[in-house]
Parts: sequence; structure tokens; C-alpha cells
Amino acid sequence: MSEKLRGYGLFALVALLLLVVAPLVLPPFRLDELAKYLCFAIVALGIGLAWGQGGMLTLGQGVFFGLGGYAMGMYLKLHDAGPGGLPDFMEWSGVETLPAFWKPFANPVVALAAVVLVPVAVALLLGTLVFRQRVRGAYFAILSQALAAAFVILLVGQQGLTGGTNGLTNFYDIFGQDPEAESTQRSMYFVTALVLGVLYLGARQLVKSRFGRLLVAVRDGEDRVRFLGYNPATVKTITFAISAGMAGLAGALFVPVVGIISPSLLGVVPSLELVVAVAIGGRYALAGAILGAIIMNYAKTGFSEEFAGGWLYLQGALFILVMTLAPKGAIGVYHQARDALARRRRPPAAEDDAPVPQKQEVPA
Amino acid sequence: MSALLEIRGLEVVFDGFRAIDGIDLTVDQGELRFLIGPNGAGKTTLIDVITGLTRPAAGSVRFGGTELVGHKEHKIVRLGIGRTFQTSVVFEELSVVENLDLAASFRRPLAALLRQRRGVSDTVRAALETIGLTDLAERPAGVLSHGQRQWLEIGMLIAQGPKLLLLDEPVAGMSKDERERTGELLTEIAKDHTVIVIEHDMEFLRRYASQVTVLHEGTVLVEGDVAAVQADPRVQEVYLGRSREDAA
Repeated sequence: MSEKLRGYGLFALVALLLLVVAPLVLPPFRLDELAKYLCFAIVALGIGLAWGQGGMLTLGQGVFFGLGGYAMGMYLKLHDAGPGGLPDFMEWSGVETLPAFWKPFANPVVALAAVVLVPVAVALLLGTLVFRQRVRGAYFAILSQALAAAFVILLVGQQGLTGGTNGLTNFYDIFGQDPEAESTQRSMYFVTALVLGVLYLGARQLVKSRFGRLLVAVRDGEDRVRFLGYNPATVKTITFAISAGMAGLAGALFVPVVGIISPSLLGVVPSLELVVAVAIGGRYALAGAILGAIIMNYAKTGFSEEFAGGWLYLQGALFILVMTLAPKGAIGVYHQARDALARRRRPPAAEDDAPVPQKQEVPA
Repeated sequence: MSALLEIRGLEVVFDGFRAIDGIDLTVDQGELRFLIGPNGAGKTTLIDVITGLTRPAAGSVRFGGTELVGHKEHKIVRLGIGRTFQTSVVFEELSVVENLDLAASFRRPLAALLRQRRGVSDTVRAALETIGLTDLAERPAGVLSHGQRQWLEIGMLIAQGPKLLLLDEPVAGMSKDERERTGELLTEIAKDHTVIVIEHDMEFLRRYASQVTVLHEGTVLVEGDVAAVQADPRVQEVYLGRSREDAA
């Protein structure tokens, strides 16, 4: 019971920090940066679900982030161009009529729905094909990474349709607001923080449900799960689709927050960086995934401002350290410290606290 | 009594090696059948074929009139066949009660799985009591001893509510007390289930078996009650003699 209360307390504290303290304390520029990190944190939450809970090492979440981001970007571009108008980059590329697949995105409802539904549909299709064939482990990881690489090549190659390397940028009107205005940035920050909070609570419920327990069982013994009468492919596909939907939503929020979506934001490297961040934060706990994404991106900005170019080495070193010394990440270290403290406080009851081989704890 | 499981003309070939070479086997409703045989006789392979893990080269496996060959593993479980493995596989991160609850829940629709478990269902509670792990219900399965893991697996099997239970060497590696406890458990389960047990342990066999099928090099060597099987010179030659030496 106290465990539960402490969980709620921590959540309330973080919510207070994000929704009240940060907007009061941080200058607008930094608040906007934080909004960007929160977008990454949403992707990380999905990775925590798919990889930490479900054992699917997905190295291509950038694809889903991109699908969501481009869906949003396409709407904003069409909105700026006005009825019958063409997005600026198309005119520069000599495209004369709006490509058919762009047309539905003129409608904000369609575009907003596509932000989640397109990544979910792609993940469902991919999951059905891949998991049914029992592709898993490193093979799935490689496949997902190859997908990210292919997606970038596709985007860059279709200059006239996608904006190529530059991606979609120069938005002038975000749902009736000026994207440069401080008030817009501030409201985008709140929207992002709220979305993250809601998704976290939802994901937490999922992890605690029977489905979540089943997901852990699939991670630890996929073949055994079949003999309990469940199809692991279904469990994995659904989870993968949920994580894809989260990434899509994050991409869509990223566009108004940062003002651009481009191939360099969703390729192999950004996808990998988020997985590394999740590992460092602690992949077995959803909170660890979020924490990792925020801290690593914060550190990246701070460090790059001081020592340009040094970040990659630090990131690599951190990753190696965590993998070798604390495979459960920062949250794992925190849990260990907490348990050690609790044990010290009441040493006579050691009987029941004898070292329990616990690889993972249900995220608090 | 009617036949629950009918195996006809079964052949399994691994890279040219005939692991099962024409087995016919009938197990009746309510029976407790022991499968014995030396290493490589095809006992586990037979169970693997029944549960869909291995595809036979020829032959049929009919369960209550339904052909099982070609069905996926989880579909076969859904038809009412449960099994355990030689090396027990329980989910170490999950608590004992969560392990049992998952085993008991596969008939629930997907939407119902999205809800959190509230309390302990009657099925799970009954299984907990049968296997005697009620006191450890909330502990992670990772802390269980070898014997307790085997019981948990048997409990998960019961919680599935299958019509046919397949146990692959349930007492392997157990202490004397644990064997005894498992034997009682087995007798208890066999009262209202059809059970097939693979076992190497002759002592265990003598105490708890009635009907025995002896496999040898992928074929059925002898079938009958324990006494008859033990007295059979062919069995002594291929199996019992050697096993007695091992036990000595």
C-alpha cells in the first residue's frame, strides 16, 4: 500500500515540477527545449513498453515518429498554402499539381487522425508479417533499423513530394496561432506535458493489467507462452502498434514545438540515441525510459554547448558503463539503493529479505 | 470408455533419423498412462508432436475426433491439451499467483485481458491449494526451489482446465520427499483428468502407474499394466535391466 502511495506521490511531484515549476522558472527558450525533450520522452515511453516490457528491441522508432511528424507537417503546409495552393517547396521543385496522397491532409481532422493511425497501421502490418514468422531478437532489431534507413532514403529521394533533405519547415500558422509567439510555445509545452502524462498513466495501467503480465511472460519465455494458449505474435504486434502510435503522436507534437520535421530527425542515429537513452534511464521501468530520454537530451544540449563534438564520446561511455555495471539503468540503481536502505533500517527481519533474484520490478 | 487420443501410423524424421517410426497409441478418457523407454526412444518427441511443436512426416493424431497435426501450438492448447517441460519453465519475474492466473486466463477475450487482475479467482485458488504453494502466492516464481517450480508448472496446467495433461518427467531431479508429494499430486489430478506421464524413475513408476506403454527406438515395444510390463523379457532387455543397474 505504501508502495502505491509513494508511486502516486512521485507522479504528483513530477507533474508539479513539469506543469508549475518549469514554466515559472525556465526562460521561454529553455521551456521550448524542454518541450522538445518531452516529445522524445513520449517516443521513449513507447520504447520502454516494446523493449523493456515486451523484449522487442525496436531500433526504428524514428519511422513512426516521422510518419506522425510528416502527417502534421503536411497539414500545416497545406494550411499555409491556402485552398488550391501548393506548399512552397513543391513550387521550387517544379511540382505543378498537388499529389493525390497529400490531398486528405488538408483536412485537420484527417491529418490529426493520421498522426496516430498511420504509424499504428504500419506497425500492425509489420508486426503481423514479422512476429508471425517468429522473427525476434537481433533479427527484429536489424529489420527495424533497416526500415529506418530505407524510410530516410525514400524521404530524401522524393524531393518534390516530401521536401527532401530539408523536410517540412517554415510554418506560419499553427491552429490559428503564430508559431514564433511565446504564448504558442507555452501552450505547446503544456499540451506536450499533458499528453506525456496521460500516455504514461495509460501505459502503466497496461503494464499492470493481465495483458501487461502476459507481455512480460512473452519477453521472458515466448515459446512457453504458446503452451499457455496465447499467441505471442498477437501480444507483440499489439504492443508494437501501441508504441508506434506513441511515437507518431510525439512526432506530431514535435513539429509545432520545434518548427521542422526532416529526415535527419528520424533516421538510424536519432532512433538509436533514444534506445540508448532508455537503456541508461532504465528500460524495465516506464519512468526510467522517460527519465533517460529527458536527461540524455538535456545533457546533450548542455554538453554540446560547452564542448562541441565531445558528446558522442560521453554518450558512448555512459552507455557502456550502464550496460556493464547497471544493466537496469538509473532506475535500477535507485531501486537497489532504496532496498538497501530499507534493509539497513530493519536488519533483524533479514529472513524474508534474503537476496531475491529480481531482474525487474514493476515500475512504481 | 471412449478414446480421447488416437495416434495412428506416426512417423517423425529428423535429418534422416527416424525418431518415431510408426507409432499407434490410444489413450482413453480418464486414463493415467505412463510412457517409458530408454533415452532416444521418442517419448518427448511424441509429446512434441501431440502439442504441435514438431511436425510428423506421416500419420495422424486425433484428439476427441479432431486432427491435431497442422495446428499451431496455442490452438492445440485451446482445444484442451496442456503440457509441462522437462526443464520447468515458469515466469520468474511474475509472482506465483500471476503465473497461475495467466494460465487460467487464456479463454478470456483480449479486451478483458486489458483489465487489471482483482484478487484471486477460484480456479487459481484451487490450483494453489492443490500444489501447496498458497503461502508463496505473492512471491516471484524466481525464488522457488526446483521442486516447487515443477509443482507450479503442474498447477498452471491444472489452471488451464485441459482435458488431457502431458507431463514430461515431472519428478526428474526431485528429492525423495518431493517425489512422494508429486506422486500424491499426480494421483489427485488423475481422478478427474486424462493424464500421460513420461517418467524414467522406476520406483515412481511402480508406485503410481497402472497402464504403461514402453517405447523403444521410435516404436511401441510393449503395452500393459505395470506387472506385465516389468515381467516382459523384451522390456528387461532394452530398458529395465539397464535402469536397475543405474539405480543401484
